[in-house]
Amino acid sequence: MAGRRRPLTGGAGKGAVTAIPYAWLLLFFLAPFAIVFRISLSEPLIAQPPYSPLFGADGSYQGSFFNYDLVLTDEIYRLAFLGSLEVAASSTLFCLLIGFPMAYGIARADAKWRLVLLLLVVLPFWTSFLLRVYAWIGLLNDTGLINTVLQDIGLIADPIRMMQTQFSVQVGIVYTYLPFMILPLYATLERLDWSLVEAAQDLGCSATKAFWKITVPLSLPGIVAGSMLVFIPAMGEFVIPALLGGPDTLMAGRILWDEFFSNRDWTLASTIAIVLLALLVVPIVIFQAAQQRENR
Amino acid sequence: MSRLSFPVLLAIGFGFAFLYVPIIVLVIYSFNESKLVAVWGGWSLKWYGELFRNEQVLDAAFLSIKVAAVSATGAAFLGTLAGLVLARFGRFRGRSLFSGLVAAPLVMPDVIIGLSLLLLFVSLAGAIGWPASRGADTITIAHITLTLSYVAVIVQSRLAGMDQSMEEAAQDLGCPPVKTFWLITVPMLAPAIVSGWLLAFTLSLDDLVIASFVTGPGATTLPMVVFSKVRLGVSPDINALATIIIVVVAVAVVTAVLISRRAERRSAPD
Repeated sequence: MAGRRRPLTGGAGKGAVTAIPYAWLLLFFLAPFAIVFRISLSEPLIAQPPYSPLFGADGSYQGSFFNYDLVLTDEIYRLAFLGSLEVAASSTLFCLLIGFPMAYGIARADAKWRLVLLLLVVLPFWTSFLLRVYAWIGLLNDTGLINTVLQDIGLIADPIRMMQTQFSVQVGIVYTYLPFMILPLYATLERLDWSLVEAAQDLGCSATKAFWKITVPLSLPGIVAGSMLVFIPAMGEFVIPALLGGPDTLMAGRILWDEFFSNRDWTLASTIAIVLLALLVVPIVIFQAAQQRENR
Repeated sequence: MSRLSFPVLLAIGFGFAFLYVPIIVLVIYSFNESKLVAVWGGWSLKWYGELFRNEQVLDAAFLSIKVAAVSATGAAFLGTLAGLVLARFGRFRGRSLFSGLVAAPLVMPDVIIGLSLLLLFVSLAGAIGWPASRGADTITIAHITLTLSYVAVIVQSRLAGMDQSMEEAAQDLGCPPVKTFWLITVPMLAPAIVSGWLLAFTLSLDDLVIASFVTGPGATTLPMVVFSKVRLGVSPDINALATIIIVVVAVAVVTAVLISRRAERRSAPD
């Protein structure tokens, strides 16, 4: 094994292999953010393009934080960002509460069952996200299946209002992102050294105490990764609040969409995108740190 | 499953019921003669007939499949290169920016990706005249950008877990690096590239938000049609569409798992 080996590709080839995806991502992923930031500093205009120039004809800087001022002080935007934070945080918690026992059960199940159960977790993810969210309309509506069944068995007289509330949005988010919580949890629980738990119990530790003292701390990387994979997309979610939420369910992704498509205000939509991104920097950094620890 | 305690079994049962009851209800109601969810009007295939006579749905489905196939292929190519760079090229200047750029689309909210790409396309059109119009091409570019990261992650983890002794043996026997790559590395990577392609295809087929931002007049994908229909409430022909998609996906995923299991069993020494 001592022979010196040449690298996989020569120097020039290596440069080209790196340059192609690098250039693509710089052009289509990084550059767009610079443009969004630049437009967020303009004021809306009825023109083509519909925003004021950053530099005047004499070359003077004309950018302003007008939109940031509006987003950070106006009630409606503040409520939208707070609404997103609240819904994303509570949905993450519910995903963890439902997902942890499932991941634990799958990791501790017989090997022949494990693959089948994992497949059942992943399968919904491969079917259309939009249609799975839509499926809840038929269940949660005033005339939907849940209300109809409850009325038929006489448990309730009038339908319970579930659609177009914060509840229906949370159900939709938990339902959609549950597999994203279960898979990283399963990955850490599957590799967990269960003999540690057994040893603790042999030494007189109760099952509950062993769970909190050993299983939970050792599965922390999975808990962090899973929580971030739910929290981050939930913060910017548009489809779920648009389909299951009511007019009063304010969320950041939805007002961004409305500013852009209904009010045609590109500058305000860009500002909302930048503020949303700023709120997501911390969870994204936590997620990437957890991933890197995992890869090492 | 004897090792599992009763509460854990209960939790698993509840979790899977939560995941599958909405899907099962949707499938059953796609065969409902009545238009109302609360009323069971008897078994019927009429919504399937209605779906297949709907030109708008068929055109949109065709466009979506075309965009998904092209963008998945582009993402498989770029993503494989990116995964190779991250797994095998060691340190180079700009590596941390590169790995950040690869990882970021995985967690970026799609409203932000959609808005930023649209603003890029508009700025480019103003500056250099390209893209002259928005439609299938701009959706394809956006979907490649979104999905190449998924391919890169799959390829990278496959390369990290791959035995390098085959490549080393080929090179020790005088095989040039590029030839080694094509004859040894690519065939060993093939399962990862195929699963990356399938994931990219599915994500593209499913995307509503990014496509809505970057599309132009005339290019309507299937999720856009579905969204505009279901925004107004339950629509039975969409139940039929959902059932078809669920059946196709279930059959494809189960087949893929069975094939890969058989391949594993065949390659595993007895």
